[in-house]
Amino acid sequence: MTAALSARAVELSFGATPALRGADLSVAAGEIVAVMGPSGSGKSTLLHCLAGILVPDAGEIVFDGVRLHELDENDRSELRRDRFGFVFQFGQLVPELTAAENVALPLLLGGMRRDAAIRRAREWFGRLGLGGLDGRRSGELSGGQAQRVALARGLVAGPEVLFADEPTGALDSLTGEQVMDLLVAAAREQGTTVVLVTHDARVAAYADREVMVRDGRVTTPAEAVAP
Amino acid sequence: MSVPLTLLGLLERAPSHGYDLKRDYDTLFGVGRSLPFGQVYATLSRLTRDGKVVMDEVSPGDGPERKRYVITEQGATEVNTWLADPVAPEPHLQSVLFTKVVLALLLDRPAEAYLDGQRRAHLARMRELTTVKQSGGLIERMLADHALFHLEADLRWVDTTAARLDALRTEIRQVKP
Repeated sequence: MTAALSARAVELSFGATPALRGADLSVAAGEIVAVMGPSGSGKSTLLHCLAGILVPDAGEIVFDGVRLHELDENDRSELRRDRFGFVFQFGQLVPELTAAENVALPLLLGGMRRDAAIRRAREWFGRLGLGGLDGRRSGELSGGQAQRVALARGLVAGPEVLFADEPTGALDSLTGEQVMDLLVAAAREQGTTVVLVTHDARVAAYADREVMVRDGRVTTPAEAVAP
Repeated sequence: MSVPLTLLGLLERAPSHGYDLKRDYDTLFGVGRSLPFGQVYATLSRLTRDGKVVMDEVSPGDGPERKRYVITEQGATEVNTWLADPVAPEPHLQSVLFTKVVLALLLDRPAEAYLDGQRRAHLARMRELTTVKQSGGLIERMLADHALFHLEADLRWVDTTAARLDALRTEIRQVKP
């Protein structure tokens, strides 16, 4: 696993409102970094820039030597599909699909045959304590189950980087803890780099280190050392 | 809460008499638990003995003579070190953290940097406890949970206070030396 991700002097405004004002962040391959900060500080915007969802107005985003901000939408989309995984606060499962089909989505979009993709997806259900739920639709899952399905979807294609935006924000503390235990264990096992946006200190404590975003800038603790 | 260091901090702001020190202490830190006069003078006596405070003038009053206390360089160094040093992350620290923040603002010290240092110390301790949880049995998990929830409460206070520093600075500066 060689992925390494960095943002340098990233600026981005929404209309006249600046969201990022020169944000810098470097994440080592295999590292789990928590991005913390008050509401509106720019932490989710930074995650979206790092993931190539948003393109900064200035500055650069580099992933494994690729300058994301210089890619066109198609190339960024392909890179997100092939090398990144995502988990959001509300699982954002496709309600018309079964849990197994939801998990298989990144594989299907990557061109894998349907039967192989579903088979690979189902392997995750036992691993995440979801045995017997692969045929259910999202409306038939509890919040914790849906979020574990979303986690499986984020990891099924073996991404080099997993972007998790408040992955436990909609869960009670015990269910959130179970999701974080699974997320961290799976990421460590696969060597996946994780960028974890959270306002929850107990969630951030799962990371190797934390950075704070304030007013669109990143403050990194001086003593923080990448593993 | 460290009464000697808090009184030293108030003296660093300006030399003061024991009576005025007690008044300022009670206004800023003693809500619901004012400092007895006896403790103020006993503390000042110890601080004087240890070279952290000196008396620079004694003026006659209607009652006993009034002694004015001045912080020494040694005392100021001690206050500075104490303010900048994060408190060991253990539950129920709010009163110590509160005292440090108020004193830092009174003395024009970087209160936000101190809060950042405290946040880092807390998160580092929370990481240790989370590692214990991931490798331990249910009893270890539950004990670690107890500590984690209390540290989280401290951290919420740290974050909320960081967001209110400007307003707090304005309010406490209305307490003139």
